Amino acid sequence: MTTLTPAIKHSSLCLNPSLRRNRLDRLFTTIAGGFSLIAVLPLFLVLIYVILQGGRLISINLFTQLPPAPGLDGGGIGNALIGTFVVTLVASLIAIPVGVGGGIFLAEYSKSGPFAQFIRLGNDILAGVPSIICGVFVYGAIVATRVFFGQSYTAAAGGMALAILMLPTVIKTTDEGLRLVPKALSMGAIGVGASKFVTITRITLPSAFTPIATGVVLGIARAAGETAPLIFTALFSPFWPEGVFNPIATMSVLIYNFAIMPFDAQNELAWAASFVLVVLILGANLLARWLRRFASM
Amino acid sequence: MRPEPPVDRFKLRRRPPSERWIDSGFRSLTILLASTVAIVLVGIFLVVFQGAQDAIKAFGLTFLTTSSWNPVTGEYGAFTAIYGTLVSSLLALLIAVPLGVGTAIFITENLIPTRWRDIIGVMVELLAAIPSVVLGLWAIFVMEPILRPFLNFLHASLGWFPLFSTTPKGPGMAPAILILVVMILPIITAISRDALNQVPTALRQGAYGVGSTRWIAIFNVILPAAISAIIGGVMLALGRAMGETMAVTMIIGNSTNFSWSLLAPGNTISAMLANQFGESSGIQVSALLYAALILMLLTFTVNILAQWIVKKLSLRY
Repeated sequence: MTTLTPAIKHSSLCLNPSLRRNRLDRLFTTIAGGFSLIAVLPLFLVLIYVILQGGRLISINLFTQLPPAPGLDGGGIGNALIGTFVVTLVASLIAIPVGVGGGIFLAEYSKSGPFAQFIRLGNDILAGVPSIICGVFVYGAIVATRVFFGQSYTAAAGGMALAILMLPTVIKTTDEGLRLVPKALSMGAIGVGASKFVTITRITLPSAFTPIATGVVLGIARAAGETAPLIFTALFSPFWPEGVFNPIATMSVLIYNFAIMPFDAQNELAWAASFVLVVLILGANLLARWLRRFASM
Repeated sequence: MRPEPPVDRFKLRRRPPSERWIDSGFRSLTILLASTVAIVLVGIFLVVFQGAQDAIKAFGLTFLTTSSWNPVTGEYGAFTAIYGTLVSSLLALLIAVPLGVGTAIFITENLIPTRWRDIIGVMVELLAAIPSVVLGLWAIFVMEPILRPFLNFLHASLGWFPLFSTTPKGPGMAPAILILVVMILPIITAISRDALNQVPTALRQGAYGVGSTRWIAIFNVILPAAISAIIGGVMLALGRAMGETMAVTMIIGNSTNFSWSLLAPGNTISAMLANQFGESSGIQVSALLYAALILMLLTFTVNILAQWIVKKLSLRY
């Protein structure tokens, strides 16, 4: 029989905070915490300035008036607000059907065939193409060739450039969303005699609605804030939008143009437009986050 | 004895031709839609390559090594822009990688309560959502004035070093690098976070079980297990940094004169495109497209490398 005296302190089993490795541990934890602080700091700084500089300019006039001529005061960003909606709508109308269709092909018809692998690789590469190059491409293919009724710079061209940016996101989320749908669902549908088309459109696609919608909303939010593809496709216009086959003002291009102008009135409008744009985009992101909550349930 | 059931009780129903047409039509449609990716990709390459032909013929490979950009004499060399693109994105990466990976560790390794981890994670994701042009506006009016005294101090104390040899006069390479850090930090954090979350729990528990402290486990077990995905994410961020346009254009100064100094105005390929493409003509357009082609090849290489690294370097545990 061994007599274990509880009086003996098993000091080696207790945490000794002064050991070198424990001190190092705390040091690294502090460093990582500091890094996280630095990482979230820009968000706060940007949001604070956008709210302070842009939020105070919010008024009815801001949404109903045209931007002023250089040197004049007042005015609003009404045309740019509409323009952003128009261009983003055009982009969504192109990118969502094409992207969802492409995603259906990847997930449902050819899971790992060579063509599908090639398209997936292409999709990843397209996602990495710099946005300015998309603008250059649409300029060369559509603006310079004047495909749209002899018009050079058009809202439609801007929308197409944004659609190229949205496309990879939509394809990827559709592909991944559809593959998460349990196989039993589609097998059941085929088993009771549904055709492949009916199975996909009535069973698989609605089941994957939430992840696809999340991806689409994020894609739209990203497209709405993009500037680089628009500066030489949709260009800019100081007037109210005149249909999709004319140059159109957008908020992102307005911010770019007005930020580098030496006039205070224009700089202020740039801040106001930033505020509106940031509110819209962060709103869309929170919407996507809210949608995602349903997916996990 | 029960009567025999009629044989034609379960009639074989044949699919009506219309249904078959719809089925095969739908399949072809999705193939067509999927092919748009390839078509657009090839289209982008062809348009840029075709447009760059004149400049490629006129300047050849010296385009990469000369830094004259003179619309009057028609001499073009993209060295300034290529140098700017590479230096700004690599230096931004150098700052953003420790920050991003450190943040990812902080919010995955159970160092703080779950709620705080989620909040930091959401904030980093929201930072990624802020449009580039808004960050550019912020950089012009807020960051650069705050930064200038610090850059002045750098010049005053380290002015003998070529990288700090000019007086900071507002827009320049250094603020552009910092704004790039802000833009790629969320990508690195998000990808590192996913990679760390995917490390099997058994590995973690094993490391703790043999008595390692938290950070010994992180450095010796968890990070090596996640390193391939993290490096892949870093490469993706590098591609993004090289192609990033708006914020950089607004703060880099768009100078076509070459300078070693980080405090002087510089240029990147994408900034040059954003600035000059709309109002150039003739050989200048071609020269810009040549630069765009170089940018495309750079990002293409980096992205392919990223995927290759993720595939080849992943640990088999």
